[in-house]
Amino acid sequence: MSIVFEAPKSLIDVPRHYCPGCTHGIIHRLVAEVIDELGIEGRTVGIAPVGCAVVAYDYFRCDMVEAAHGRAPAVATGLKRAMPENIIFSYQGDGDLASIGMAETVHAAARGENITVIFVNNAIYGMTGGQMAPTTLPGQVTQTSPYGRDTATTGFPIRVCELLRELDGAQYLERVSVDCVKNVLQAKKAIKKAFVNQIEGRGFSLVEILSSCPTNWGMTPQDALRWIEEKMIPYYPLGVYKDAAAKEAQ
Amino acid sequence: MAKLTFRTELCKGCGLCVEACPRGLIELSRTQLNKNGHSPAEMTDETRCIGCAFCAIMCPDCVITVER
Repeated sequence: MSIVFEAPKSLIDVPRHYCPGCTHGIIHRLVAEVIDELGIEGRTVGIAPVGCAVVAYDYFRCDMVEAAHGRAPAVATGLKRAMPENIIFSYQGDGDLASIGMAETVHAAARGENITVIFVNNAIYGMTGGQMAPTTLPGQVTQTSPYGRDTATTGFPIRVCELLRELDGAQYLERVSVDCVKNVLQAKKAIKKAFVNQIEGRGFSLVEILSSCPTNWGMTPQDALRWIEEKMIPYYPLGVYKDAAAKEAQ
Repeated sequence: MAKLTFRTELCKGCGLCVEACPRGLIELSRTQLNKNGHSPAEMTDETRCIGCAFCAIMCPDCVITVER
């Protein structure tokens, strides 16, 4: 018998602090598997966000930097320009990337920085206790929208991939999900493509991953995955939003 | 036939593997707890396992190693 599945080597073998059923663990593993498969472990530098994934630097077996809230794409820009041979990725949540870090995200994309952004969208602020995020769905109940998000006073959720695709600097944008096996495998393909783009020097790549937060959504882990499928995917359709390299090839 | 190894101490008992198994062979233990107080996932009938690794793909905590 041979091993067909085991924990990737780029992930440090320690218990992670995430809640039971939190899909951050799956996304960490996918990123680590891609680093293993591309053989870039020795020259990869990751950037941890502020949010639930703030201690990601304890989990990836590569150099990690902790950025101030939302500033990960700016830190990534500096690292990539100072060390162009290294592979730089940022790992950010929706509160980090789409709220306080929106300016850094948009401008890094507009400049076409050659970096990879892993964007974990779970429609809520997880670490601080479940407040409304810019990506919270209309009608969704959170700590700060106890009667459901009212779009008359709090506006509408931000669809990051759709927002960034109008920028000429953005090279590759794809939205994936981790709610079932098929989508997890597709998410891995997208993450791999985002890293390959950087290795080939194409420019800004962002993968948005719809993720669950069973604790703050107040659901079982199984129900949370169903909620992604039934509620999140209709509002945030999956797919490739921009792939400049594929368009050139046509 | 396939062999599954569960690193029980890492398991948080979320049950995503239970849902992912196409043959319904995995369940959360009714008899033991790990040191964090979770009921770890365990295999009920290894002879029927096809080694598809769906359980391991959905596990957020890299608990399961699959051999085939």
